[in-house]
Amino acid sequence: MKVDRYLIPKNVEEAIDYLCRYSGKAKVIAGGTDLMLWIKEGKVQANALIDITEIDELRHIEFTESEMIIGAAVTHAEIASNENIKKCFPCLSDGCRYVGSPQIRNIGTVGGNIVSAQPAADSAIPLIALGAVCEILTEDGLRKAPLEELYAGVGKSKIDSTREILIRIIVPRPDSRYGTSLTRFAPREALALPIANTAVKLEIEDNIIKDIRIAMAPVATTPLRPKKAEQYLLGRDIQTPEIFKEAAKIAAGEANPRDSLLRGSSKYRKALAEDLVNNALGNAVKNILKNMEVL
Amino acid sequence: MQALTFNINGKDVTLSINAWDTLANVLRRNLALTGTKKGCEEGECGACTVLLEGKPVNSCIVPAAKVEGKKVVTIEGLSQNGELHPIQEAFIEAGAVQCGFCTPGVILSAKALLDLDEMPGEETIKDELSGHLCRCTGYVQFIDAVRIAAEKLHKK
Repeated sequence: MKVDRYLIPKNVEEAIDYLCRYSGKAKVIAGGTDLMLWIKEGKVQANALIDITEIDELRHIEFTESEMIIGAAVTHAEIASNENIKKCFPCLSDGCRYVGSPQIRNIGTVGGNIVSAQPAADSAIPLIALGAVCEILTEDGLRKAPLEELYAGVGKSKIDSTREILIRIIVPRPDSRYGTSLTRFAPREALALPIANTAVKLEIEDNIIKDIRIAMAPVATTPLRPKKAEQYLLGRDIQTPEIFKEAAKIAAGEANPRDSLLRGSSKYRKALAEDLVNNALGNAVKNILKNMEVL
Repeated sequence: MQALTFNINGKDVTLSINAWDTLANVLRRNLALTGTKKGCEEGECGACTVLLEGKPVNSCIVPAAKVEGKKVVTIEGLSQNGELHPIQEAFIEAGAVQCGFCTPGVILSAKALLDLDEMPGEETIKDELSGHLCRCTGYVQFIDAVRIAAEKLHKK
């Protein structure tokens, strides 16, 4: 089965209409930086590709009082250079800056990073830490799901891109003081997939941890939230740095990386995960916004 | 087959392409613009870099159909009336051309950078050229070339 049509709808209704007409034999394409390779390799087949990057409403970054809303077709370069995101959610700016190369970031989209469901996606991992919710348009209407629940396995998303379209990613804006951070370890500083990455969002009230979300990857088949480590940190005082060391130890215990020729032995990766979690927590504390009125 | 209309190096063209064709293939095969090189063909090496709406992209993984109605610039689009572009001259002066395979892509990334930033610092140059692999010329010469190009363009 060869791709024989490349369609560029101007709005989401038209895009859904195309998907319906091809009844499962067309596929949504955004930047295509993963998908084009998979098509070339024969891993993915489709009769038609439906390019959603010319749909205006999917191309905006918007801040409301309570939320940040990112259109699925926003590129990594656009997120990395957005000043509001740098101020409010530096973990996401940093993650998008690490994706591929400038050429990849100019065309690869945040929505694509989510639907590709790669185990250590540098933009999806921070979004999980930020508690992002995805809005997905289907033939029957809109459905919403937390990003972390959309992973079905390595490279497998629960978003079926032959029938539905990820349209928006919604990140709640914390109402108390908070900090975010991303730590990452890769063989070289440019154009390299991470051996491991960890993103953190930490909310406090009078120095007491009120909410904590940690996202670790790739230490299991899907991105991991180390719930025991998070539970341990809740209610503790950020002025006692030893809690972060302890939490990192607990988090590494929850991780289950396999031996990998690409990423190292399981034992090494566990030790690395512990360091990354510890550093990410420390950096999040450093990044706690002094002033909530940043926008 | 489907029709594709876009602007290549300042000229509007309409072609008949396969829906799965990559931009690199269409540039090289349909338009004989062989200055765009195919290296790894998986978006890693940067040899196939062209400017799409002024931004560098890897043409080996960009679907050709995606550039419908858009502006694409290849290395052939830089020289004017047989005169080399100042960035091309700078690459020669800096000795930043050896086998020449990665050069067209690097020059186009340098152009995109210098269009936005007249006098980029070393770190910015390194970041913006980080999507190019070179196996013979050496990366230091690229940085020199971009600096020389910045001065040339500044004097103009």
